[in-house]
Amino acid sequence: MQFSGTAHVYGRDVDTDVIIPARYLNTSDPDALALHCMEDLDPGFVKKVEPGDILVADENFGCGSSREHAPIAIKAAGVSVVIAKSFARIFYRNAINTGLPIMEAPEAVDGISDGDRVTVDADAGVITNETTGAVFSAQPFPPFIKDIIEGGGLVESTRKKAAR
Amino acid sequence: MVPIPGKTIAEKIFSAHSGTDAYAGDIVVADVDFVMGQDGTTPLAIRALESMGVEKVFDPAKVAVVMDHSSPSPIEGVSALHTIMREFGKRTGATVYDVGCGVCHQLIPEAGHVVPGDLMVGCDSHTCTYGAVNVFSTGVGSTDGAAAMASGKLWFKVPDTMKVTYTGELQPGVFSKDLILALAGRIGADGATYMALEFHGPVIDELSVDARMTISNMAIEVGAKAGLMKADEKTLAWYEGRGDRAPVPVDPDADAVYAQEIVLDASAIGPQVAKPHAVDNVSPIEEVAGTPIAQGFIGTCTNGRLEDLKIAANILRGRKVHPDVRLIVAPASKQILLDAMEAGYIRDLVEAGAALVTPGCGPCVGTHNGVPSDGENVISTANRNFKGRMGNSNAFIYLGSPATVGASVIEGVITDPRKYFKGGE
Repeated sequence: MQFSGTAHVYGRDVDTDVIIPARYLNTSDPDALALHCMEDLDPGFVKKVEPGDILVADENFGCGSSREHAPIAIKAAGVSVVIAKSFARIFYRNAINTGLPIMEAPEAVDGISDGDRVTVDADAGVITNETTGAVFSAQPFPPFIKDIIEGGGLVESTRKKAAR
Repeated sequence: MVPIPGKTIAEKIFSAHSGTDAYAGDIVVADVDFVMGQDGTTPLAIRALESMGVEKVFDPAKVAVVMDHSSPSPIEGVSALHTIMREFGKRTGATVYDVGCGVCHQLIPEAGHVVPGDLMVGCDSHTCTYGAVNVFSTGVGSTDGAAAMASGKLWFKVPDTMKVTYTGELQPGVFSKDLILALAGRIGADGATYMALEFHGPVIDELSVDARMTISNMAIEVGAKAGLMKADEKTLAWYEGRGDRAPVPVDPDADAVYAQEIVLDASAIGPQVAKPHAVDNVSPIEEVAGTPIAQGFIGTCTNGRLEDLKIAANILRGRKVHPDVRLIVAPASKQILLDAMEAGYIRDLVEAGAALVTPGCGPCVGTHNGVPSDGENVISTANRNFKGRMGNSNAFIYLGSPATVGASVIEGVITDPRKYFKGGE
């Protein structure tokens, strides 16, 4: 899996309440959720994010509530991959289950600034900051995780397998 | 012969539920004893079940859905989600806790759906609450919840355990909320990510089951997967007459292997307050005393139980909430509301000026029942003070014990509650 886009950089402990506030959980439509993605942390995010862009954050990304709407909103907003120093436990599993690619890469996080152009080769585990030329390594996805993400999440990938 | 290492509570519960000799780091497929979802998360789980073509749940007696986060519904979108949940209950036979029943994390143990020794998952991060009654309970997303509802099984990574021991003695005016806030301040919001916590020591032994639940409830606020305690005589007494299964208490082995051990001296812990906008941004109350507040909130899965209402009522009885402050009270369940009425706590609180709202999550998650205005400070007994949590990203949330909230709403500023207790003024 290859990704390429502009980096949007945030700090540590980005919680699921700021990723998608509970007041918008009156729908489970991904596109409706995407309209409010990151609203309480960065109200301008939805306007500036382009399809394929990359979210970059420090430790403990996705802490707080178990709401699966958080990875759904990020994915529907057009984000191709989230790179963080670490992820909170429930978010990590929810991201895979909903087909949002995530990578733990502390060095890359330190080497990427807001607005940098970044490319990611998730299969090889290589993150390149095209703006600075710096190259970082990350753990590539294990094959079964890659299958789930490429299949669009656990339910979709299971359905596709069952239909085969 | 290599000695066989002892096991933590988590390792024992996962061994018993997976039929394997499980240790931290192992990946196991385990049978779950119960699955729960709330009105924010269940609709996505139901949709996942529909996508999977699953029409039944693995055992209707072991699945419950709870309308608590936005209940009664404040908006038509939520009303539609509640309808989906009610229809799911009718279709599958799963238990439905409708408007007014209370917060899921009070209802599930209160009804005896889980007993000591169980393994359960809930589509809500504060599912870790029942660790206080010796249940390995953990929060999962809606897709994992759906898989568990369909099959009664889920895969888990058996967590490492951090042993937290509270020594010494709880001081007057200091409560279990202060103990867990002190831990959050010490180890941080990701201090125990992917680990189970095990709480030990004489201070935990002394606490009531209500007070213990406050501590386990907030295990997730340090990233933990569970917040476990032993089942003692108090736990077993609490379970008398609840549910139809016998508790199977699980103690850790004396030679259990812990990834980390922390000892906190409770005698040295005073009232603690988490400041905006992070639960680990904790200060002793002296540092924030005098901060003006516009709203107080007593309730939630953290501190909406009978003992919490009693603590607040004892302070507010015969006194008045400051004219510039609103106090909102949400009992954690209908049963707690009835018990608090019987004991006179509701009269005490309402006469002091409290606004009583429906048993449930109240204004905690920002969908209804008291969204603060721009620039306002709130002092709350809840477990989260994230930016925007109560529905307004321009408001500021401070977290403390029911005593701290009770004392603060009288004076209109954050106030040290110790003056209302033995040894105070």
